[in-house]
Amino acid sequence: MTKLPLEGIRVLDMTVVWAGPYCATLLADLGAEVIRVESIQIFGPPSRGSMARPSKFMIENLPAFMAGMPGRDPAERPWNRYPLFNAHARNKLSMTVDLLRPEGKRIFDRLVEISDVLVENNPTETMTKLGISYEDLKRINPAFIMLRMPAYGSSGPYQNHRSLGIHIEGVIGHSLLRGYTDLDPAANTQVYMADAAAGVGGAFAVACALNHRRKTGEGQLVELSQAENAIPFIGQAFMDYSMNGRSQATLGNRHPTAIQGVYPCRDEDSWIAITIFDDRDWELFIHAIGAPEWTRSEQLATHESRRASHDELDERISSWTRGQEHRQAMTLLQSHGVAAGAVLNQRHASEDPHLVSRGMFEEASQEDVGTHLYPRAPFRMSASDVRIRRGPVRLGQDNEYVYKTLLRLSDAEYEELVESGHIGEEYAPHVR
Amino acid sequence: MDMWIRKCIMCIIAREFGYAIGIICILLCEVFLLAQMALSDITALDFTHHIAGPYCTKLLADYGAEVIKVERPGTGDVARTLGPFPNDEPHPEKSGAFLHLNTNKRSITLDLDTEDGQRLARMLASRADVVVESFRPGTMDGFGLGFDTLSAANPALVMTSISNFGQTGPYRDWRGSELIFYGMGGELYSTGVMEKEPLKMGGAVGLYQAGAVAAYATLGAVLAARDGGAGQRVDVSLMETQAGSIDRRMSMLLAYQYNGEISGRAPLGATSGSGGYPSGTYPCADGYFQVTGGGGYFGRVREMLGNPQELSGDEWLTPEAQADDDMAGLFDAIFYPWLLDRTKYEIWEQAQRSRVLSGPLNTMEDLDRDPVFRERGAFAEIDHPEAGSLTYPGRPFVMGATPWAIRRPAPLLGQHTDEVLREAGVSADEIAALRERGAV
Repeated sequence: MTKLPLEGIRVLDMTVVWAGPYCATLLADLGAEVIRVESIQIFGPPSRGSMARPSKFMIENLPAFMAGMPGRDPAERPWNRYPLFNAHARNKLSMTVDLLRPEGKRIFDRLVEISDVLVENNPTETMTKLGISYEDLKRINPAFIMLRMPAYGSSGPYQNHRSLGIHIEGVIGHSLLRGYTDLDPAANTQVYMADAAAGVGGAFAVACALNHRRKTGEGQLVELSQAENAIPFIGQAFMDYSMNGRSQATLGNRHPTAIQGVYPCRDEDSWIAITIFDDRDWELFIHAIGAPEWTRSEQLATHESRRASHDELDERISSWTRGQEHRQAMTLLQSHGVAAGAVLNQRHASEDPHLVSRGMFEEASQEDVGTHLYPRAPFRMSASDVRIRRGPVRLGQDNEYVYKTLLRLSDAEYEELVESGHIGEEYAPHVR
Repeated sequence: MDMWIRKCIMCIIAREFGYAIGIICILLCEVFLLAQMALSDITALDFTHHIAGPYCTKLLADYGAEVIKVERPGTGDVARTLGPFPNDEPHPEKSGAFLHLNTNKRSITLDLDTEDGQRLARMLASRADVVVESFRPGTMDGFGLGFDTLSAANPALVMTSISNFGQTGPYRDWRGSELIFYGMGGELYSTGVMEKEPLKMGGAVGLYQAGAVAAYATLGAVLAARDGGAGQRVDVSLMETQAGSIDRRMSMLLAYQYNGEISGRAPLGATSGSGGYPSGTYPCADGYFQVTGGGGYFGRVREMLGNPQELSGDEWLTPEAQADDDMAGLFDAIFYPWLLDRTKYEIWEQAQRSRVLSGPLNTMEDLDRDPVFRERGAFAEIDHPEAGSLTYPGRPFVMGATPWAIRRPAPLLGQHTDEVLREAGVSADEIAALRERGAV
């Protein structure tokens, strides 16, 4: 096995919520030693969950992706149990330090000295308040790389704007491109595509900076505006405005040139997505569903005429899909060469033979949640051993390693920092 | 450096000192610029088409990699047929999708069905650091361009394959679309409202996400190879870029592992998604505004509204209040009229003063008019010989020491065939003969 690409690169991780942590996850997947720099004096939701010490009531009432922890039970240390956090916390380390106190800041500076990269995605003013600037970091470590990824960049009037991925998507115009055509945009539900985009964009940015450092020895500050990073993802709509002055509206589930939809299947809330790109696909589709009479109607003779009667055609296709089990229909259509995919809910995806055969889920353990299957990195490499080397990191799990091994503190000095509320594996009692 | 600045400099120098010196100065500028770019030491041979693969190689090219795009003679990349087009008139050199996705690349045409085409492709691959391709699995092997063949001649080569479902597994040869990858891999199932069918994301965002993942993995593999390792094969499955996405999917899959919970779509009207209120998209005076202000954030929302008397009690800040439908109704009675009195940008300003997580729902026109994006340089003006000068999406991130730069617009089909082959040592006569035989 070739060694992991980022082995030997140490990353200080001050990221929050999803966009920044996903960036850190991808760096850790490739072997970087990612150390989450956390504090037991502050709980910033929703990074490690909704609250440090939530009531059982709260945990029972929040959506599963946030609070669906084992048994829906906050248990002893809820902050180590939220799926919202644990889903991305593979392969990372965690240390705690209170950066709002001078001795905490000194510890941080010593970490900078022995690290390569800092990643963060806070509102711009947060780093200023902590007294952290790239100029200072560079003085401590001249080859240092810092990636900042605030929602709208670290300059201009929006630099401190608070936004989740959904709000960023609204601002750049994605939200209005993804609604139902027959419902008001107020019915739009939340997706977080901008977080995914920023996470991978940030990881790519760090890899670019590492390549430059390898060539020249020079570090640098990289600034990723999560909004600007996601604009290329809707590049076609952007270019349409640029070329034609047109603000595109949502197409719902439809495609600009194909026949496409999400159609109901036999079982409750089961669906299949089908895309018929052209005449050839249409013939394959007809053949797959047994060439019922309606498929030969004059109205459906050409791709253009089918596009023109998309509504009626959707009804016809649904009349066939309603009798089908969605995964069997997928297999049937695909065996005839038709692009079709069952809409896989979380159980179906977890049991999907293809994902399972490709090892998409790997077993990992953690003291406060036990052993479970977790999704791995979103790519595979033939020689580098990209896998889950370690389960989701607990708060402060690596304090001993960071303070004693990396920073060479004595036992006495370590104990002093425990006493003064820097080092710990539990949030301070005043933290809610 | 911006192309306009370069053009101006060239004009001035050319007028003062003659065109030959002007051209030499421009070439020096190019060389100087390239030397400063982060990926200037990487050459990629690009066999991708459509959206995901070209976005991967665009990221590499825009940060300095030398990307040679191999296109099919005659028709080229299928993206050349994708809209938008100026005045909706299709033209292979004016596709908005293609122009956006192929900046900074050089295009050569090779017919990979011919021995000549395959031989030239192998020769170019032997000089490249990276090969990226997005054919159906097995196609490259059929062309004699499989990883084993290419890496035998070039052991440090990184070969990235971007495909629907990956290079292995039972769905390997299946067909797909962005909607299908999101449906099988991602969170389509829980997106939308319960009363209706699951709802896709806008445009082709899932394909761009896959392209970005591929760019990161490719660069990672290059770093490993440069660090004394061998080259390797990177396998990017469009389905898996969704299954491993932070956009709800990993957390949802994990919640299933923890408790067996299935998460579907919320009923219409209860579209919060993150618990509590206010949360979701609301109408306002000139459009729509999105806010996440429930749970622990409710205090900020109260402040944004000017701390109205009706919401002043401490009971409003409890988790119980956030789960109480009657209190939610009382809140809405105050919140809706407040929103409808204000424009989305007025609301945004007031919301951000109280640090409320929020944003307007903008159209492309709104985005274009927003002064902040323009002032920050988020967009790029690019001149193209056929499509003219247009505003494009700009840099995804700003590197302090190594610029993002448009060195050339998207290539015309086969624009650089001669240039690239000559650089690789193919003589002019030979190129003419190849052209005669239809191989290029």
